[in-house]
Amino acid sequence: MMEVLQPGPMLTVQDRGRFGLRHAGVSAAGPMDAPAFALANALVGNALDAAALEFAGFGGSFRARVDCRIAVTGGTTEVRIGSRIVPSGEAHRARAGDEIHIGPLGGAVWGYLAISGGIAIEPVMGSRATHLRTGVGGVGGAVLKPGIRLPLGSFDPAGPCLAPVHPPRPDPDARAIRVVLGPQDDRFAPETIAHFLSDSFTVTPQRDRMAMVLDGPPLPALGGHDIVSDGTMMGSIQVPGSGQPIVLMAECQTTGGYPKIATVIGADLPRLAQLATGARFRFAAVTWEEAEEIWIAHARALRARLEALRPKPEGVLSSAYLLSCNLVGGIWPPEEVVW
Amino acid sequence: MQTPAAPAPRILPCGDQALSFQIGKDIDAGANARIIALAAALDAAAIPGVMDRVPTYRSLLVRYDPETIRGAVLGARLTALYAELEVGAQGGRLWRVPVLYGGEAGLDLDSLAAEKGLGTEELIALHMGAEYRVYMIGFAPGFAYLGGLPEALHAPRLATPRQLIPAGAVGIGGRQASINSVAGPSGWRFIAGTPVRLFDPARAEPFLLQAGDRVRFERIDVPAFARLAERAAAGSPVISPEAA
Repeated sequence: MMEVLQPGPMLTVQDRGRFGLRHAGVSAAGPMDAPAFALANALVGNALDAAALEFAGFGGSFRARVDCRIAVTGGTTEVRIGSRIVPSGEAHRARAGDEIHIGPLGGAVWGYLAISGGIAIEPVMGSRATHLRTGVGGVGGAVLKPGIRLPLGSFDPAGPCLAPVHPPRPDPDARAIRVVLGPQDDRFAPETIAHFLSDSFTVTPQRDRMAMVLDGPPLPALGGHDIVSDGTMMGSIQVPGSGQPIVLMAECQTTGGYPKIATVIGADLPRLAQLATGARFRFAAVTWEEAEEIWIAHARALRARLEALRPKPEGVLSSAYLLSCNLVGGIWPPEEVVW
Repeated sequence: MQTPAAPAPRILPCGDQALSFQIGKDIDAGANARIIALAAALDAAAIPGVMDRVPTYRSLLVRYDPETIRGAVLGARLTALYAELEVGAQGGRLWRVPVLYGGEAGLDLDSLAAEKGLGTEELIALHMGAEYRVYMIGFAPGFAYLGGLPEALHAPRLATPRQLIPAGAVGIGGRQASINSVAGPSGWRFIAGTPVRLFDPARAEPFLLQAGDRVRFERIDVPAFARLAERAAAGSPVISPEAA
């Protein structure tokens, strides 16, 4: 059991998402930053479909009711377990009764707290992910309130605390957010597409788990901003009549009636989600085939990162641990070297 | 085989993990029937790497895993399935949905009738007299977009949406009709309410309607509404469809 004492903003239970029900109007939900979410679960030895907590800005405080392992990911932050100050990005042991405090996230918006065993609340339609807008999943379909006690699944209390042996991945902020044009790019004049791909956009405060509203050059659609509603995806960039593009995110609706000028590629969605409000960036187009290649490389690199986690030395610094560390380099997806 | 009039499909990328197979630009029952048949054909083909599909008015969104199948290959498979598609003339399952006209949910019944120069009973007769087609499910869990609304009832959405419309509210938005599946904000005009829950995640079958189904509204009174609402709250679907 993990008790929520003081929840950070937007604290929700998430798992990988609710899949296979888009045709019934059910949003996938799931994490805003899927790789950070996967890392948190992997660090505490959970299966990747386990449920963990997502928060925005800072985590808040919790009390462990059993001995367990925890990991905080998403951005760098100070984690306090009892009287110990420990780093984010690796697993730590908490004892029954320990208070856990997760401070503000540095360099990120969305953070994750995974607990060994995973959060074992009852799944709704095959998933524990919270969809706030329709009140589905999680605990009562809502953000977690003080005093909620979250049941944990079974786990081996003697299991290791894992940490990455590679240094944290660099985050070159200046990198463009890559998109595939379409499905309705033909609703925009070539000069509008040119502005879309060369002018800068700003992340506005209108953002939540469902969408991010951007400020940028005007993007007038030919023939108006209403289309016959069709399917939408996380990453779809809708352009409503206001001209302010809306990027649909984890909790997005399944269909929409605005033209979609482009779609953010899967590999760059986590970076977009983690951009600070007020941050400026550009979009860059890649072809459909390139985007698929980038995704395949991204998925492989993530699996490699998770498989490369190693038990942390506990007590004495063991030479076995040091030997297990890859001190000369990391596994970087080729696309990240290029970019 | 498809008729010569069948529109040529377009395959549109939706990022690196989805594509849209689009066969028209407008709301058209024939195109919608072909899309729903294509979704069924895709299910039957059980193509590895296909994760999810969303039939909409005139396009089929397909999510796929590029590590298993590439979009171009999937697009070609869809094109082949589409070319061999047999679209029957018969409609889908028929649902008879009980509704209470006016009442708490039907906020706009009288004002809409006045706006249209119709008596309230005339408006109700028009709404009840039509058979509707579920063009697609989207926007929210179990939310059905219904085509077939008589032209005399077409009504623009409100300039300012209302903040909270209850689940079960029966509305009109432009030339479409709907039944709200979840409570939430809406700019549609509402004339009735049904005790039936189109979406109940606690029910063994959380969703009732599916794309291609037919819907008719049947009038009930206040006591019947209360009785059926009680059954719905206890987890009963209340209604079941007549086979196509």
